[in-house]
Amino acid sequence: MSERASISREEQDDEANSSNQSTDVDAAETADQPTQTGAEAVVDALENAGVEYLFGVQGGAIMPVYDALYEHEQMTHITMAHEQGAVHAADAYGIVTGDPGVCMATSGPGATNLITGIADANMDSDPLIALTGQVPTNFVGNDAFQETDTIGITQPITKYNIFSDDTDTVGEDVGTAWALANEGRQGPTLVDLPKDTTQGETSATVGEPRTPDTYDPPTEADSVIVQQAADALASAERPVILAGGGVIKGEACDELRAFARDFEIPVTATMPGTGAFPQTDPLDQGIAGMHGTGDANLAISNCDVLVGIGTRFDDRLTGDIETFAPDAEVIHVDIDPAEISKNVEADYPLIGDAAVVIEQLHEAMSGSPPADEWREQCQTWKDEYPLDYEMPEDEPLKPEYVVEKYDELTPDDTIVAAGVGQHQMWAWQYWTWTKPRTWVTSHGLGTMGYAVPAAIGAKLAAPDQEVVAFDGDGSFLMTAQELTVAVRENLNITIVVLNNEAIGMVRQWQDGFYGGRRMASEYPWIPQFDKLAEAFGAQGLRVETYEGVEETIQEAREYDGPSVIDAHIDPAENVYPMVPSGGDNARFALNEEHLEELK
Amino acid sequence: MSPGELPGPGPDERMHPKGRRNKQGIRIDPEAEAHHPPERAVLSALVKHEPGVLAEISGLFSRRQFNIESLTVGTTTDDSLARMTIVIEEPRPGIDQAKKQLEKRIPVISVRELASDAIQRELVIIKVNGDEPDKVNAITDMYDGQTLDAGPRSITVELTGNEQKINDAIDAYAQFGIRELARTGDAALARGESPTAQVKQPNQAPTEAQVETEVISDD
Repeated sequence: MSERASISREEQDDEANSSNQSTDVDAAETADQPTQTGAEAVVDALENAGVEYLFGVQGGAIMPVYDALYEHEQMTHITMAHEQGAVHAADAYGIVTGDPGVCMATSGPGATNLITGIADANMDSDPLIALTGQVPTNFVGNDAFQETDTIGITQPITKYNIFSDDTDTVGEDVGTAWALANEGRQGPTLVDLPKDTTQGETSATVGEPRTPDTYDPPTEADSVIVQQAADALASAERPVILAGGGVIKGEACDELRAFARDFEIPVTATMPGTGAFPQTDPLDQGIAGMHGTGDANLAISNCDVLVGIGTRFDDRLTGDIETFAPDAEVIHVDIDPAEISKNVEADYPLIGDAAVVIEQLHEAMSGSPPADEWREQCQTWKDEYPLDYEMPEDEPLKPEYVVEKYDELTPDDTIVAAGVGQHQMWAWQYWTWTKPRTWVTSHGLGTMGYAVPAAIGAKLAAPDQEVVAFDGDGSFLMTAQELTVAVRENLNITIVVLNNEAIGMVRQWQDGFYGGRRMASEYPWIPQFDKLAEAFGAQGLRVETYEGVEETIQEAREYDGPSVIDAHIDPAENVYPMVPSGGDNARFALNEEHLEELK
Repeated sequence: MSPGELPGPGPDERMHPKGRRNKQGIRIDPEAEAHHPPERAVLSALVKHEPGVLAEISGLFSRRQFNIESLTVGTTTDDSLARMTIVIEEPRPGIDQAKKQLEKRIPVISVRELASDAIQRELVIIKVNGDEPDKVNAITDMYDGQTLDAGPRSITVELTGNEQKINDAIDAYAQFGIRELARTGDAALARGESPTAQVKQPNQAPTEAQVETEVISDD
């Protein structure tokens, strides 16, 4: 969560009370002297929020806002090739910085092109604010050129949205949307900006971004339940922590690390929670869910107390809900009361801010759980279920090797973006995660095409960190045009396309569950991605042998500007472990035979 | 060897838990499975009175598949607020989830589930064939209704009451042939001094709606 522009509620109220009168006086005096346009008020609001980058695409109805940015120096606008690129870049920017990323688009197709990315941010609770142009209010409802009901369309996929049709309050509306995206459970917000609102003139001045008075996210959990939960955990014989994305979003990684280490509790991570706890720590107990590791899934299945922090227990994590941690009392820490007992009943609901609640639990613990046998068992599972692969000389390149090699050659704080599919799972499994905000991908929505724009947003958010995107050939083809932005901005990023000439995850499912009928999943007509990269003005590289991998990676890293590595991998390679959809997590398959047995 | 395969004991050679959960994610005693039959719940929500809120709330109920029986909305003594009364039929975990999802929306100020003794009233307007006006009037009197319009061919009456009374009345009028009817769905308030959903902001002067509620609860 941002510290940049958030001020505490009390301070806000004081400021509001003391400044109310003076603004009223000012407004009265200058009522006849408009000082700025609505568009300038929008820009003021963004500036007050400390926004540095905007990602967008120009267009008719949003032109006044762009015009107000013309002479602006504090904020940099990055023109993207497509609005989907803008929203994913802004989303990744938000993941890496913790502050809402900002994307802009015009009305109609501009706004609808944002939809996928807004839905993505909504599923992953990513802080994001979208500003969309809209036809002038007197045309709204008439099916005007490039009119679409953006508010209606985005209502189910935003935390908050507002049709801002008053020039005097448009700046405040943008501030409110920014603050709501940032505070409490983060998420996407949208402000729809009719052209007459942004072109109109106003004498209103724009204050700091602030949430509505009625918005009051919880901070501290109920102390009675905290004590009960701590007692249950302190006497647990088989405890495990499940760190979700909320640990990272809530800046609670230090608290989690101290808590787990002080009481020697093994820590598993969800996909969004990956990086919250370092995988180099002996207490790390792997990654959980459908393609998670055996040590994590067995620990969760067999535990007697499960501490879920900032996780919504989604189906890719739990598998069959009837077999999910069925012996466990669940301590569920979440800032959103609606997540409590939504999918898995919480025996100890702890509603509050992750960092605060972990501190509360820490203080309430009477000691380390009596779980030495369990800790040994957890270590045994780690030994029994390593992520391992063979590299026969006469067979094509294994994708796992490319990921591991890249990890080995780069610093710990390297940011990894990924699209969606097999390549994403290999990146997740074979990278060694030690830091939060380094794993930037599409979790809940599963948006193919996320990687390239995300790498752009991530690099701008963290210019001093290396950024690599692992992408699939199918995923890459969905947003490859954003390379033009990386070239124009001369961003030092590398896109590694793990190219198996297929929508690999679908192909894997077809082989596993549809009798090998590979309908519409194979892409033998794939272009030469290295050549495609060169056409964009990026460095294009190709690798298909083990010997070439290290050299190619170094060539990409040393190049001044974006590189694309077209890595031709074994097209037959599948992702394991795998829990078949809706299956029992403890019965994950390690190979095709297991999968057959489980069907 | 299958591509990508990993080492380790197979599915049957592992430690497995003994327990189970039900479909709602609740741990169950295998011998006495918890069962949650659907129940009727009346939710009262105080919401900001602004465009799009009704669509937002009805959209929420449809996309999360909550079974909604009726939804009414109207203004309050505070022009900036509206009260929604929502009747849903769901198993207990679904009712709790519906309340929390409602509370989460930004324009929703507060939500309360009303007790079963809450005051619930619905209005219905029924237009029946006018062939037997005396009999129609007798039934209207019986249900404390009012005749709004009477002509040679049709009679239109108005009734208010709880859901059961309205259903009974409709059954009674059916003998004349009901041409059309319109029901409003339940509006409801908590009984006695206990407040219905109300504004609660510690650092603010009470709104008109709050004052109103306080006055009522003082009675």
